[in-house]
Amino acid sequence: MDISVVFLAVLVLSVLGMQVGRSRAMAVAGGQARALHSRAGYYGAFVALATALPAFMVLFLWTAVEPTVIQALVRARLPAEIQALQADQLSLVLTTIENLAYRNIAPSQSQPYLTSAATLMREMHATANWLMVGVCMLVALGGFFLSRGRITVAFRARNTVEAVVKALMIVCSSIAILTTVGIVMSMLVESLHFFAEVSPLDFFFGLVWDPRFAGAARADQTGQFGLIPLMWGTLFISFVAMLVAVPIGLLSAVYMSEYAGPKFRKAAKPLLEVLAGIPTVVYGFFALITIGPALRDIGAVFGLDISSTSVLCAGLTMGIMIIPFVSSLSDDIINAVPQSLRDASYGLGATQSETIRQVVLPAALPGIVGACLLAVSRALGETMIVVMAAGIAAKLTANPFDSVTTMTVKIVAQLTGDLEFNSPQTLVAFALGLTLFVITLGLNVMALAIVRKYREKYD
Amino acid sequence: MEMARTMTETKAVGASSTEAPKFKIKMSGRGVNVHYGAKHALKTVDIDIRENQVTAFIGPSGCGKSTFLRCLNRMNDTIDACKVSGDLKLDKQDIYDKSIDVVQLRARVGMVFQKANPFPKSIYENIVYGPKIHGLATGKQELDEIVEKSLRGAGLWNEVKDRLLDSGTGLSGGQQQRLCIARAIAVSPEVILMDEPCSALDPIATAHVEELIDELKSKYTIVIVTHNMQQAARVSQRTAFFHLGVLVEEDDTANIFTNPRDERTQGYITGRYG
Repeated sequence: MDISVVFLAVLVLSVLGMQVGRSRAMAVAGGQARALHSRAGYYGAFVALATALPAFMVLFLWTAVEPTVIQALVRARLPAEIQALQADQLSLVLTTIENLAYRNIAPSQSQPYLTSAATLMREMHATANWLMVGVCMLVALGGFFLSRGRITVAFRARNTVEAVVKALMIVCSSIAILTTVGIVMSMLVESLHFFAEVSPLDFFFGLVWDPRFAGAARADQTGQFGLIPLMWGTLFISFVAMLVAVPIGLLSAVYMSEYAGPKFRKAAKPLLEVLAGIPTVVYGFFALITIGPALRDIGAVFGLDISSTSVLCAGLTMGIMIIPFVSSLSDDIINAVPQSLRDASYGLGATQSETIRQVVLPAALPGIVGACLLAVSRALGETMIVVMAAGIAAKLTANPFDSVTTMTVKIVAQLTGDLEFNSPQTLVAFALGLTLFVITLGLNVMALAIVRKYREKYD
Repeated sequence: MEMARTMTETKAVGASSTEAPKFKIKMSGRGVNVHYGAKHALKTVDIDIRENQVTAFIGPSGCGKSTFLRCLNRMNDTIDACKVSGDLKLDKQDIYDKSIDVVQLRARVGMVFQKANPFPKSIYENIVYGPKIHGLATGKQELDEIVEKSLRGAGLWNEVKDRLLDSGTGLSGGQQQRLCIARAIAVSPEVILMDEPCSALDPIATAHVEELIDELKSKYTIVIVTHNMQQAARVSQRTAFFHLGVLVEEDDTANIFTNPRDERTQGYITGRYG
């Protein structure tokens, strides 16, 4: 019997419980809905939840635990010399047995103990499956009848159902939070492995990025992992991007919210926001095949040597990408400035531009700064554009026409291709990721704090 | 009974100013019509507003009194669907004429709004905002003088003189409204329009503002929209009653409240509707 069948059966029982709970409640109340503590539907929901939830929990736990338990049981029956093998070899043997048992993939050298273990495993699995079906249905039926029995006129079904729903919501939100925690923890652990091999001092303050190839490096040649050139590249490109995005985004937001007629606004705003919907990889090859060569040719006219992958090229493209981010957020913030402040200014004989410069923008400034910080953290973490348009050479240069590389580019470079996960050459990616994460997290927290402070002023 | 007592008091106050032999017409409207899209909000309004007097606009909600007030400094210009026609004059000059700059008009006809709306800046900055944009002062000293004069004029100086650099939004509701009045008089307007200036204030703050209005009329022409008939009776010399977009009756305040000519006015002031 398949898990999906059990799942379906429980679901059907639960839907049935809905009906039964409702009619039971009405019967208990003698057909007088007003006599019940809660509306009849809540009693139905109560029975449905009591039927489904515990059964699903059992199902979930069972499927999670079963393979481990069976594996442990099978391992205990293996010949002693196999059990004495080292951990990684033992797990290889167990994988072979599993493959033979569940997927019928025969090992290259069949051994009698493998076949018998596989048979044992298959039998255990079959038994466990039936047991699971039985237990699940028993739990579902138990929930069904127990909850039905609890229905009385005074029973507070609404409160119970609402408590369960609230618990569900808490579970959902903690999944999001726990995922973040999990990601941070995994990066932290891998970074610690990295720092065990490379000194944090060399990483954070090193001026040279030259990791070498994992395989080619000899024991005395571990390569150099200086963060500074990558950090510089990241900041330089983000700076250029902000130089493009902030003025354009802000001015377009001011135009949209203060000057544009409702018709134009209605048409233009979604168009501007389409920019945000373009996949970054499209921006990337736009930069690579259009902007880069164009810049190089323009530079040649003026006698400038602009590399076709340059800070300027990546920064310009990234700036265009985050324009809608800046303009959309700023637009919302400018619109949140109360009309009464504008009226006050107009009432004193101020012109529209005076009102915008001296009343609206100062009032919106904290929010706009917050929006820009969010945009910066977006720019720092941007990968695809810089992979394609910024180059791969880690250089410490202040020349915007030269190519540089960023932390995100190097994360991609270190983690693609054939690699072993215990060399500093790959582990450095996690250290880079963690550093980037800490920076963007700091910026986001700062930005949100600023935006929130600004909101409080008018509410 | 309550009403009658207010009336006699008003008569005493109103008598002194209406007995003045001459008065000048500061602003006037002839055949003023206002349309909000398809809605005919004001129908052929004729009115004279006398200099250095307080004129009160009363009437039930939606009667057009605020709309007319906002015509007087062209605040309705900011609303796209609003169309104003007819003749509106300030000192015999058509304020809707093309040669009139709305910015200069609003410097001469200031406005105080229903909800106190100080800028989220310091008290000092709030006052100097208008004088700065109109170039009324050169140098810090002149600005300081304007700030003190305006705040004294609004009866707020003693309360805030030690904290001029604190935010204007940190003041109490009544103080904020007086700050807005101070801000309006800082640009030395000739007329001050007040759109229900006390509707969000408690009785004590209201009394403060009403006293202030009475003092201000010696220097400025004041037009006030109010829902509160006692307030109209207390502070104004002339009262105009609007109903359904029509100016029903306009007369000395004492006459309006004691001897209205129109049935509708009678009905409104005695509380039969509105």
